Amino acid sequence: MIRSFGYNEFLFLLSAVQWTLALSAIAFIGGATVGLFVALGRTSTIKPIRLFSTGYILLFQGTPLLMQLFLVFFGATVMGIDLNPWAAAALGLTLNASAFLGEIWRGCIQAVPRGQWEAASALGLRYPGLMRYVVLPQAVKVAVPPTVGFLVQLIKSTSLASIIGFTELTRAGQIVNNATFQPFLVFGIVAAIYFALCWPLSLLSARLEQRYAAPGR
Amino acid sequence: MNYKFDFDAVAANWDYLLEGAWLTVQLSLGAMIIGLAVAILCALGKTSGPKPVRWVINAYIEVIRNTPFLVQIFLIFFGLPTMGIRLSPDIAALIAMVVNVGAYATEIIRAGIESIQKGQIEAGLALGLRPLQVFRYIVLKPALRTVYPALTSQFILLMLSSSVVSAISADELTSVANNIQSQTFRSFEIYIVVTAIYLCLALMFSALFAGIYRLAFAYDTDRR
Repeated sequence: MIRSFGYNEFLFLLSAVQWTLALSAIAFIGGATVGLFVALGRTSTIKPIRLFSTGYILLFQGTPLLMQLFLVFFGATVMGIDLNPWAAAALGLTLNASAFLGEIWRGCIQAVPRGQWEAASALGLRYPGLMRYVVLPQAVKVAVPPTVGFLVQLIKSTSLASIIGFTELTRAGQIVNNATFQPFLVFGIVAAIYFALCWPLSLLSARLEQRYAAPGR
Repeated sequence: MNYKFDFDAVAANWDYLLEGAWLTVQLSLGAMIIGLAVAILCALGKTSGPKPVRWVINAYIEVIRNTPFLVQIFLIFFGLPTMGIRLSPDIAALIAMVVNVGAYATEIIRAGIESIQKGQIEAGLALGLRPLQVFRYIVLKPALRTVYPALTSQFILLMLSSSVVSAISADELTSVANNIQSQTFRSFEIYIVVTAIYLCLALMFSALFAGIYRLAFAYDTDRR
């Protein structure tokens, strides 16, 4: 018995959006926290720390996100931890986001003119104060547009959590499609919902970029 | 931790994995080449086409860039057959990759076209070169030089994201890994080896592209 796509199916899709958003939010907050340290490590003057951060970024940017999710999911079992798809997806996406944000923010930290660092240390500021009061506040300004842009990439990435069995928007689309067999309609609506989430962020990112790229910054 | 690692399943299926890796490379190269052709057409349409054409191309780019690749694959693989177009998973994967990379590459190519200063073209024409010669001797190389780094990193992104087409069981590397996994249950060992293969592919291609860049574009372009 094939069901047809109706109001209930649409509501089911809409309610799955909360899981896409929750997963994106967790991965963003976790990724930003770890990513800050990755960026600081990547710009560190201590060579082993710099090498380690570089390797970390290379590893996550040089392998498919899907493989990273699989490794977290199956790796936890190997270590004897029973991780459900939700936790595995959140952990995998957090690690992935931390590498990408780390690399984006590295560029922003390095965009702060060298003279600022030298002036701050000439004034007697040590590394924590130098970063906290001089470099990071200036780097944040440059970092906002690409970070918003990355958020779009992150929301789209959460769709891969469906492959390891977490029911977010894309998985909900598959479930509805299996019941109704109206793939164009179902995945069209799923795509439209993603678009409604991502497009405003893309526009915002582009506008912020224009504003901050204005002369006389 | 008392798990015993056992890589026999990987060793026994080594040929099969290599075949999958080869198909991943073929799919990615094929999608990149066709996608570039799409992108060049779209970039030309976007910079010098009539308004409706520009509008359609913009809509194409925005829709592709703001929806997940996985959903695009599902739309093509499950959606097209309902319109009577039957596709094998490999062809559906190729089409999805072309459509996807075409949108991203259009923006890159457009930036390349716009990076050429009008004055250079005018100077070439003033020196008596015909338009094709201007294109060949003045526009082409600097434009390629501008887009090359972005296009090559786009290719590597494409190759890595091609693992997602395993969701419709195309025969590429990740699907091969899934198949071996479901027969041997050695999931962790298989996926860690496959991840290493992807990393090797990515590093090999970026080294290759860097080498080509040094051979083809190593000249001084300081505009002073």
